[in-house]
Amino acid sequence: MMAWLMAGLLFTPLAWAVMSLMAGFRAGWRLAWLGMAVQGLVSVLLWLAIADQGGFYYALGDWPAPLGIELRVDGLAVTFILLTATVATACGLHAGVYLDPDKPWQRYFWPLFWFLWAGLNAVWLGADLFNLYVGLELISLSAVGLVALGGAGDALRASLRYLLAALVGSLFYLLGVALIYGQFGTLSLGGVAQLAEDHTALAGAGIALALMLAGLALKTALFPLHGWLPPAHGIAPSPVSALLSALVLKASFYIAARLWLALGETQGSYGVAQLAGALGAAAVLWGSWMACLQPRLKQVVAYSTVAQVGYLFLLFPLTWQVSDQISQQAQEGMTLQVISHALAKAAMFLAAGNLVLSTGSSKVEDLAGVGRFLPFSLFSFGLAGVSLMSLPPSGGFAAKWLLLQATIGSGQWWWALVLIAGGLLSAAYVFRIYRASFQEASGQDDFHHPPRRLEAIPMALALLSLGLGLAGEPVLAIMGLPFEEDG
Amino acid sequence: MAEDFWLNPWLLVMALATSMVAALGIFMLPEERHGLRTTLNLGAAALKLVLVIVMVWGVFQGLEYQLSFTMLPGIEFELKADSLSMMFAGLSSVLWLLTTAYAVGYLENSPNRSRFFGFFSLCVASTTGIALAGNLFTFFLFYEMLTLSTYPLVVHRGTAKALKAGRSYIIYTLSGGAVFLLGMAWLYAETGTLDFAPGGVVEGEPTPVLAAIFVLLVAGLGVKAALFPLHGWLPQAMVAPAPVSALLHAVAVVKAGAFGIVRVISDVFGMGFANEAGLLLPLAGLAAFTILFGSVRALFQQDLKRRLAYSTISQVSYIILGICLAGPLGMVGGLVHLLHQGIMKITLFFCAGNYAETLGVHRIDELDGAGPRMPATSVAFTIGAFGMIGTPPLAGFITKWTLGLGSLEAELPWVVAVLLASSILNAAYFLPIVHRLWFRARSDAWPEEVRWGRLETLSWLLWPPVLTAVAVVLIGVFAAVPFSPLSWAELVVNREYRP
Repeated sequence: MMAWLMAGLLFTPLAWAVMSLMAGFRAGWRLAWLGMAVQGLVSVLLWLAIADQGGFYYALGDWPAPLGIELRVDGLAVTFILLTATVATACGLHAGVYLDPDKPWQRYFWPLFWFLWAGLNAVWLGADLFNLYVGLELISLSAVGLVALGGAGDALRASLRYLLAALVGSLFYLLGVALIYGQFGTLSLGGVAQLAEDHTALAGAGIALALMLAGLALKTALFPLHGWLPPAHGIAPSPVSALLSALVLKASFYIAARLWLALGETQGSYGVAQLAGALGAAAVLWGSWMACLQPRLKQVVAYSTVAQVGYLFLLFPLTWQVSDQISQQAQEGMTLQVISHALAKAAMFLAAGNLVLSTGSSKVEDLAGVGRFLPFSLFSFGLAGVSLMSLPPSGGFAAKWLLLQATIGSGQWWWALVLIAGGLLSAAYVFRIYRASFQEASGQDDFHHPPRRLEAIPMALALLSLGLGLAGEPVLAIMGLPFEEDG
Repeated sequence: MAEDFWLNPWLLVMALATSMVAALGIFMLPEERHGLRTTLNLGAAALKLVLVIVMVWGVFQGLEYQLSFTMLPGIEFELKADSLSMMFAGLSSVLWLLTTAYAVGYLENSPNRSRFFGFFSLCVASTTGIALAGNLFTFFLFYEMLTLSTYPLVVHRGTAKALKAGRSYIIYTLSGGAVFLLGMAWLYAETGTLDFAPGGVVEGEPTPVLAAIFVLLVAGLGVKAALFPLHGWLPQAMVAPAPVSALLHAVAVVKAGAFGIVRVISDVFGMGFANEAGLLLPLAGLAAFTILFGSVRALFQQDLKRRLAYSTISQVSYIILGICLAGPLGMVGGLVHLLHQGIMKITLFFCAGNYAETLGVHRIDELDGAGPRMPATSVAFTIGAFGMIGTPPLAGFITKWTLGLGSLEAELPWVVAVLLASSILNAAYFLPIVHRLWFRARSDAWPEEVRWGRLETLSWLLWPPVLTAVAVVLIGVFAAVPFSPLSWAELVVNREYRP
């Protein structure tokens, strides 16, 4: 049963990708309804199954790694699978209405969308380094394709830059994987961690880890490797930007985090941990600052992603050689940060898309008067902003609270200052948008009203991210589902 | 009412929900449905008042309403109605009803009323949440919600000046919130609890870490309480419409800060602990300085609302000063001022709004002869002003008398001197206004006079200040009657000291 569900999560999107490749945009949109329903159902069933029986390993077709595809599902993976199903469905539903079906290139949207979803699930479920690489490549290539869909010169430039960054990142990662294989003779993450623990003095494994982390950091747009992100996320159509910011970045971070948690203790060092944290902190400060300066609305949101991703890298110092309890807190904080940022950022990009659609301009200053005529999308934007500012009761706050506890508990109080300053800086750029839209001195009072559904979806996502803090405990309970080694 | 009546916890939820649901309903309403919106607004305000009265009665009888659920491991969302919370909830629900009525009249024919009243209701929901918060975390949740929901009210007019004031407001308050959060997280790491309990939850010897946490928490709250030097946002926020000023100064924002400081001192650190650790005396000194500073600055303001704003800065610190005296009488004086200042200051702001809306008068030197033109408003203003000065038998006198006794009890005679000096300053900046109102003849026309039928102004605008002015007299004269602010403050202190 469980094996079928896991296979379903990978093969349904692949099947839909192939089917919609043969259909046009409109037919693909109709197909997508069914596909999203199936995916949602399978995700929930998998969650129920794990809640009932605990997580487990599965080798597809009984081929053991490194030849076959080995899958591993635990509470964390289920959490991300559910998150992916939620956000991707929301973006899909939004895209079906938002994108103009008459543009010829839009027919490639659905195939790329489904390939992306398949890649994401492959990463959440992957258990060995090579299959994680395959999932990562699937994600990167389809994401680059989605950015290029606009077709205009800027979009192509942005997507080429993105492609380059993604390829270089993959190269580094693959190099690390090769070194690991040469060193340990296995690619299974669990196996490598076991071997690394048994032979502590293995030279080279540290370099391999550093290479892989560097590649993944580039793909996650960690400062100062973030240059490719704002153009790509800013220029893509809103549902695509939402998918990229909410989910795609998280996939590479997820791999980095799992590598660190498995190998960091033996192969990492205080310096590496603090360096990752410092770069994350720099990202928080720099990204927020840049977001305050951007003239275009979607660029503001894109730089905010650079900043929010920075928080995630505080995981490295907060889990390195600390007590189990603090490490647990830091991991829970990270998970909540990933979820709440995914929901809030998707909501924000979709709402920003609506605002751009209705004012007919992508500039922040042209928002004047929107507060009067388009309160609904602005309100969604603001609610998502509450989560980004990490004010209670949002998921962002819950995450920040756990991280603060971990920083204070481990005596690394300097990260607490980063968390606090980051919250204030994000308030600065969110309120900048508000300030612009409350202006009454506007000549324009002719606003196009987007369809209801386009307005409802970001609101739903924003409310989810806001309510996540209230439901922090049950969500963390999914993440903490036990893993049965022999299940 | 039975001890375990199943509805009791739900009273808390309903008291919160009245204004929350009203806010949602109002946001949904089309702009032009004014009648329905007013009904919804006033209906919710009245219902909330009834619920609060029921709870006040219950708390008086010794019931405790409580409701909680776990949000994060170790973090509870908890609502609780004890005698202190009912004090603030009672104040905000009475004044909300009046302010809503006032705002309906004030904003007649102005744009964006759906947005305004929606956020207005959210703001009051947050205030209720602050009052009913059963632990520091829940308090913080609503404290930040208050910040967010007042911002659109401050910038309501959308002018460059309003946006600038809003910017300054948000920078001050969010920074304050961040400092508070840091203090709260540290407190939790040190003590493992965020609960409120009579007598405090902090145990053991005073340490520098605990002192640092205290400073962080009080500094975070001091921003909203407009404690010197964190008061800069308040005079700027005067560009907001008059009902918003009333809300900022009397009902919600400033009070939330002062109420938070009371909670932190009495229910988190505990009065005894904070006093032994030497934390209260410096704070008392700062509060005394703020009292004098605000009064002196008020002297030099020519804009009526700005003078009132500096007066608020001064008056709110009475509350903090009272708590810092670390004795039962001082605490009674501080707590009772929480209510007295609210009622007196809201009267003054209502009146200032009436002068602005009816006569177009904003500056003090334009007020000559306003008394005969608007007698009811001017009588209300005069009562409010005399109350602030502390003339017997008005509400302000009760405060100053109790505080004076409290400072003698605490053996801090310099506080009496501060109180006297402040009263003289109050007189110095209020009496000239009263003089202009009644004893100066008008020579030229009003800047922008509007005629509202038979009465001196629109009746929506007239009745709220008249009612609150009557209250200023009554709560002073009948201070010893049960359920008067003074008696309730004594009840709170009795329960705090003999839990």
